[in-house]
Amino acid sequence: MSTIENKDNKNKTNIENSEQNISKGRREALKTLATVPVLGAMAYGTYKKTKNERTNRLAADMFRFQEMPSPALVTEGNVIRVGIIGVGNRGIDLMRAIGFATPENIENLKTESQKNSRDTRYKDFVEQENLNVKITAVCDIFDAYAERAILAGANIHREGLNGKYGERPKRYLNYKELLAASDVDAVIIATPDHWHAQMAMDAVKAGKHVYLEKPMSWTVPETFALREIVRNSKVIFQLGHQNRQIETNKRGKEIIEKGLLGPISLIETSTNRNDPNGAWVYPIHPDANPNTIDWKQFEGDPNRVKEYMEYMTSNGLAKYVGPEARDKFSLERFFRWRCWWDYSTGLSGDLLTHEYDAINQMMNVGIPDSATSSGGIYFFKDGRTVPDVLQTTFEYKEKNLAFLYSATQASQFRRSRKFMGHDATMEIGNSITVTVDARSEKYKEQIDKGVIKPGKPFYNYTPGQKDVDAVTSATQLYFAERGLLYSYVNGKRYNTTFLHLKEWIDCIRTGKQPSCGIEEGFQEAITAHMGTRAYLEGRTMYWDKDKEEIVRG
Amino acid sequence: MTNKNYNKTQLLWLVVLRVVIGWYFLYEGLAKLLTHGWTSYGYIMDSQGVFAGLFKALGQSQSLMPLVDTINIYGLIIIGLFLVLGLFEKIGYIGAIFFLVLYYLSHPALLNTVYLLPPEGSYLWINKNIVMLCAVAVLFVFPTAKRIGLDRFIFKNKKTL
Repeated sequence: MSTIENKDNKNKTNIENSEQNISKGRREALKTLATVPVLGAMAYGTYKKTKNERTNRLAADMFRFQEMPSPALVTEGNVIRVGIIGVGNRGIDLMRAIGFATPENIENLKTESQKNSRDTRYKDFVEQENLNVKITAVCDIFDAYAERAILAGANIHREGLNGKYGERPKRYLNYKELLAASDVDAVIIATPDHWHAQMAMDAVKAGKHVYLEKPMSWTVPETFALREIVRNSKVIFQLGHQNRQIETNKRGKEIIEKGLLGPISLIETSTNRNDPNGAWVYPIHPDANPNTIDWKQFEGDPNRVKEYMEYMTSNGLAKYVGPEARDKFSLERFFRWRCWWDYSTGLSGDLLTHEYDAINQMMNVGIPDSATSSGGIYFFKDGRTVPDVLQTTFEYKEKNLAFLYSATQASQFRRSRKFMGHDATMEIGNSITVTVDARSEKYKEQIDKGVIKPGKPFYNYTPGQKDVDAVTSATQLYFAERGLLYSYVNGKRYNTTFLHLKEWIDCIRTGKQPSCGIEEGFQEAITAHMGTRAYLEGRTMYWDKDKEEIVRG
Repeated sequence: MTNKNYNKTQLLWLVVLRVVIGWYFLYEGLAKLLTHGWTSYGYIMDSQGVFAGLFKALGQSQSLMPLVDTINIYGLIIIGLFLVLGLFEKIGYIGAIFFLVLYYLSHPALLNTVYLLPPEGSYLWINKNIVMLCAVAVLFVFPTAKRIGLDRFIFKNKKTL
């Protein structure tokens, strides 16, 4: 009996002990993990809060944006040695944008700012950040342009006449010699269109980083060749669409991405200019003559010219070639080359590309499914072959979107760039206006409550509203209105081209990809070529996505 | 230092204080993480006081700014998790004090400072960062995680602690 009792007792204490152990273990676990449920509350709260912020906003709140400070404007690293190929009007602009202006130009800016205290261009230029670059080489086939660029390149302290200048960059007569120079890390190309792709390809082959003015190419075949060469290289390639830096475009992209306009079915863009300069009738330099201009080099690369002639003659477009012989020296053709297809890409390449790239920047539309064009030479009957009035319509079937471009060089009546959505329309240039549609479903409640007045501008955004632009010519006004001259970074006004060049220089130092690289450039060039071909051939052009070729309707 | 001598009420409020400060850090970090394109650039460029130059130089450095943002976001999240869970408690407190000191040095409540983003209160020398810093210092000398928290499990066999 007693042994049995003992056994029972032992069993009892064992059970009690293990029960105690279990409850001790439980207590331990409880004390260890007591605060873990707090994380559940955090997860739930964060999820709910984010969801509420997304869905339950008032219309007014939806258009309230957080100011996003832009990245710092400082450039670190070694001096980058830059060569410039083509220093005509745009080339000299680009030089000034990276901090090198002719002393004469600086004197002019000084005088203007003394005359008008609101003209801050001199101050802006002097205060503009130093990009830590050196101009070591310039190339131009016109002596006067080259000499002017040498003076600008040597003006390292941004001084006026009789100032202290630095080392003069070397002048090259042929761009290939410049590309062979060992003291050039990167080149800026601002030549006429018919040289763009060829020079860019040669530069990449020479291992130089490339900033190429738009449009990216003159012929279709060279567009593919350039893309291939850049893709297989390590150079940093930036196409000169400075709209990539415009503050309003970044805000516009946000508005579209947030869906504030509803589904967008039509984008309407235009060019409206009405002065000779805006129609490419540029002044002829008094020193220009066959002795000061290398006409042979102006004619173009033989392979590219062959591609151009093959396309024009095999499609019955010979009437658009010439009319003067390519080897015949002509001051008009040299300075006003945009007026002839022999060198130009017309309104499509010069101005439609600005509109297109802005849309591509905001909506990533890519190459359209089709392009249809019409137009003619209706006003500037000065012997040009390129039309001065052009309408092009691009269709994006999968995106349920059409993009209409309409241009005239004989009226500057303002037509805004519009993104027309089912719920609201956004007009965007150097400012943004959003007008809510009376038939909107998204904003129906707010319209019914009277919070939103349909048809009236509901959201307006103008960066740096207080500044008065010191814009002088009509063409400048056109660019300023489209936001292409100035942009604002952290509230300070900058030259957009400066920001675009800066991005390229920064990418050379960091190895990052700039915003308008070879893929964006390819899309830009093919889209413009489709529009041009549609005009020249008088029929719709289609893009075969799989085969990557432009095909006829 | 022993943490077994607190009575239940003292322990409760010390743990509550630890968890709410942890919560504050955690959500500050999460909110930044969830805000697309968030950067401390604007805050840093608005620095005032003796160290303003140093902070602004940091803000203008292209190579360091992304690092500063990443450290800030994940630092806040990790500190928050440590305090809420009672995990590596002391490291959490040291991290919290480090961040709070930096915030104060960048935005000190001095006699003549005016900030672009006005604070939600009125301060002279002492602001909420300093108050929170003192609270964290109190927690540092009155630790709780070995009684309530994951440290209880981690440091179970180390009697000397």
